[in-house]
Amino acid sequence: MKRQALTAEDAENAEEQRRQESNHDSRLTTHDSRITLMTVRIQTSDFDVSTEITALRRNNPKIGAVASFIGVVRDVNDGGAVAEMTLEHYPGMTEKAIEEIIDQAKGRWQVLDALVIHRVGTLKPTDPIVLVVVTSGHRGDAFAACEFIMDYLKTRAPFWKKEQSGQGARWVEARATDDVAAERWR
Amino acid sequence: MVTILYFARLRESLGKGSEQITLPADVRDLEGLRALLVSRGGAWEQELAPSKPVRAAVNQAMAVGDMPVADGDEVAFFPPVTGG
Repeated sequence: MKRQALTAEDAENAEEQRRQESNHDSRLTTHDSRITLMTVRIQTSDFDVSTEITALRRNNPKIGAVASFIGVVRDVNDGGAVAEMTLEHYPGMTEKAIEEIIDQAKGRWQVLDALVIHRVGTLKPTDPIVLVVVTSGHRGDAFAACEFIMDYLKTRAPFWKKEQSGQGARWVEARATDDVAAERWR
Repeated sequence: MVTILYFARLRESLGKGSEQITLPADVRDLEGLRALLVSRGGAWEQELAPSKPVRAAVNQAMAVGDMPVADGDEVAFFPPVTGG
């Protein structure tokens, strides 16, 4: 495969093609004279990974790599059983914070498009909670950007988890290991 | 008027998710606003004490102590985030 650097023109062409051929809800934003593509959704409903990735990839021949991450609710946390959890967010700021994180990822790696879906409301063990998908020309950029977005989301996007167990309800405490994970990208 | 929002554990402990207040003339930044709320005593003093790991945002962007707060702003106080 011919190696090709991403230019603003490439991104613009990709966007034009997607606008003509895709009806999904990605928005076009102009930032620092770069054309950036991203989708951020906060929702109570489940998501279908295959549908989302298909929509993100649709008719874009520039994509050589797709990296995705799915976060799932576990049945145990800090040694205690978890029956269900409720997720709260800060409508407006949460979306902005995630968009800013994606923008940073786009500034550091060659990213063609990125999608973040985060669920809120009541979730049970085995339920998917978050999906991050990054498309790029090459896998190195896709892997790194996906992991970066997730690490930053954990420490910068306003979500809060409250767990319910047989012993009652408790707000989940922030983890120092998440700060360490985010710090290593500096 | 300044709109103040509280989330998660703070919202429950303080018994409200939002309020609107008129800023006293001597309150000009986030630190000043937090001190004003602490002076209410009780749960306010407990939850917002300087030793507590409270995070804040001004107009939906993360902010720290010396961030100016003025009429019309939306200020939020919340615990460290735990999403993902």
